[in-house]
Amino acid sequence: MSKIGVFVCHCGTNIANTVDVERAVASARELPGVAFASEYKYMCSEPGQQMIKDAIEEYGLDRVVIASCSPRMHETTFRKMLKDTKVNPYMLEIANIREQCSWVHTDKAKATEKAIRLIRMSVAKAARDEPLFASSIPIEKRALVIGGGIAGIQAALDIADAGHEVALLEREPSIGGKMAMLDKTFPTLDCSACISTPKMVDAGAHPNIKLLTSCEVVKTEGYIGNFQVTIRRNARYVNHDICTGCGLCETKCPVKTDSEFNHGLSKRPAIYKLFPQAVPSKPVIDKNSCLKLTKGKCGVCEKVCPLGCIDYADEDREFTETFGAIVFATGYELIDWTALYGEYGGGRYPDMLTGLQFERLVNASGPTEGHIVRPSDGKEPKTVAIVKCVGSRDPKKGKSYCSRACCMYAAKHAHQILDKLPGTRVFIFYIDVRTPGKGYEEFYDQTRKDGAIYVRGRISKIYKDGDKLVCNGEDTLLGKQVKVMADMVVLETAMTPSSGIEELATMFGVARDVNDWIQEAHPKLRPVETQVGGVFLAGTCQGPRDIPDTVAHASAAAAKVVSLLNKSEMETSPMISVVRREHCCGCGACEKICPYTAITLEEIDDRVGAKRVKRPIASVNSGLCQGCGACTAACRTGAIDLLGFRNAQILEEVDALCL
Amino acid sequence: MSVKETNDPKIIAFCCNWCTYTGADLAGLNRSHYPENVHIVRVPCSGRVNPQFILRAFRNGCDGVMVCGCHPGDCHYSTGNYFTRRRFTLMKRLLEYNGIDPGRFHARWISGSEAGKFRDTAEEVTAMVRKLGPNTRYREYARREMSADE
Repeated sequence: MSKIGVFVCHCGTNIANTVDVERAVASARELPGVAFASEYKYMCSEPGQQMIKDAIEEYGLDRVVIASCSPRMHETTFRKMLKDTKVNPYMLEIANIREQCSWVHTDKAKATEKAIRLIRMSVAKAARDEPLFASSIPIEKRALVIGGGIAGIQAALDIADAGHEVALLEREPSIGGKMAMLDKTFPTLDCSACISTPKMVDAGAHPNIKLLTSCEVVKTEGYIGNFQVTIRRNARYVNHDICTGCGLCETKCPVKTDSEFNHGLSKRPAIYKLFPQAVPSKPVIDKNSCLKLTKGKCGVCEKVCPLGCIDYADEDREFTETFGAIVFATGYELIDWTALYGEYGGGRYPDMLTGLQFERLVNASGPTEGHIVRPSDGKEPKTVAIVKCVGSRDPKKGKSYCSRACCMYAAKHAHQILDKLPGTRVFIFYIDVRTPGKGYEEFYDQTRKDGAIYVRGRISKIYKDGDKLVCNGEDTLLGKQVKVMADMVVLETAMTPSSGIEELATMFGVARDVNDWIQEAHPKLRPVETQVGGVFLAGTCQGPRDIPDTVAHASAAAAKVVSLLNKSEMETSPMISVVRREHCCGCGACEKICPYTAITLEEIDDRVGAKRVKRPIASVNSGLCQGCGACTAACRTGAIDLLGFRNAQILEEVDALCL
Repeated sequence: MSVKETNDPKIIAFCCNWCTYTGADLAGLNRSHYPENVHIVRVPCSGRVNPQFILRAFRNGCDGVMVCGCHPGDCHYSTGNYFTRRRFTLMKRLLEYNGIDPGRFHARWISGSEAGKFRDTAEEVTAMVRKLGPNTRYREYARREMSADE
């Protein structure tokens, strides 16, 4: 028979005013298994805790029920207290007679009755408590940051500065991401490259950061503290160990193909650096356009390279490394508007640009060295239409969400056009103007003062007439049709999650929201964590945001990583699922329902009669299991149970209430 | 087993630790009054609630059962409450088949901040269950089983 001690707290008068504590104690004494019951003014106080400890010693108690405030308040306090006693910290139940009884009821007799019932339920559950032991798992003190944009760079630098090793993985040949493409950043108009390239160089040179460019994650196993990640380094065909990045090969390569970095506004050779300030500042060969690799001819780069770095036999290489923490910093892409907006020409008109293309056009290191000219004929535009919310806030065609940064960069684009080409007419078509941020509203005001014409309404159709792009729309404030004969149109298109996010999220078991952004663990209180332990989020992989917010988000993720990696091992909750092997039929229902891929079927040797057979049974990975108990309700044979909340314990509670 | 002949229903509420249990605690903090009839059983997730628990409660003469968790999409464990939702849509029909008024069983989504909703739900369910009268459906069976146990 168990020896349960029941301790009823007065909580000053918080409980005692509404619940007759003495009666509750007296009735608790009568319950089966209760060896001792007592009361005190403040159970959580030092003397209160001492009283419990003394009673455990004196009466040889083996489990404890405390009737007090919510377990969310003091469960950990009392568990800590039990660590110094003979009672296992998990042989504790708390009857919540404050938040769920004395505070919400007024009738003292009825409240006392209810408190007695709640105590009875807790005692019944406690009788079936079993000692549990938190296990600890070692933590590999290395982090993997996936994505080398500003979010990834910032997170990697912060983690590395705190003294931990970081691998910064990027699938492109250079880190830098979207920010490296931008010309100027709102609202301060400082040049994007001037503030991002030093950070790229810092990341490249940091002794704690290893750059993994041209790399992709192919497989992952393990859990918080111990992720085994298999990474594929795509063939570069250039030996970066000896290459100095002199650039001779790039000038001699005969191939000209569309530049990804300039979004097709210019050409690049087949052996190329992503952009001049690339980190690492060494070229790679694009195997899809290289003549030697596609047709077996050419080989010019090999001939001109003074150091013999070119290696056409280079192959994709896979390797596996262990990391304690993962940061997703996979960023965004612009929505493919050409497929969605046929009424805007579906991409047929060369003088219609996306926001990022315009950034390249206006960028001093871009294809036109910063001159705003029409890609079709090289003429300066006299009238520019900027269309906002292309794909954003458009649930019918695009996405229902607001992409957050577009209002500001549309204002910035207008400012840049008016600055570089004074006298140009700039029309901005908008649904709403959203400028929440430090200095943002002021910037928008200034842009209007500079002469940008804001027209409230969507553009319904854009078509070509001569060399003009005719934008038909409505001014909803005037209630009139408008028509703008534009020389150039800039579409501020929606941000969408990067391609490949689906595979990556599935690999790590991380959830995505309805729009495929990575789902954070809690929208307000845990914005940089995922529900998978050890996987954190930085930047736009979680949702659209601008650069300041991205950097703040990345630093927050880094802080979470550092606080994890600062521990050498981590205690895991022992309240996890367990499988009774002899009852498990191996149906796999639990495996399917588990949100953490913590359950796998493993084959065991068994016997049917005298025959030896192999059969599958469920097995729980204690590192991955978070103790939700979904599997227990799915189990057909009742073989899987949740420690701390066993089926039998909950049934005892139900029985105790109905007595 | 002493099932009293009063019209003071016993209601058991399985509440997930992360949303509804927190919401109920907040109701306490706000001193929102609701009937004493509702008794909360804390579970990690509404997905932890095995239909067996509910059947046992009704068999034992419990007058009403609530299963409460995070709103769909807000589950602390990401998907638990989706399973809850599906499971208890079926549950209602099973109860009906067994002669238990489905009005005795309620699955509700109450977040950690919805103290008012918790209070309103507790009041509403209590009123509804009170109207249905005591659950005597399995009383004889439970009594027989109890005496067999002894």
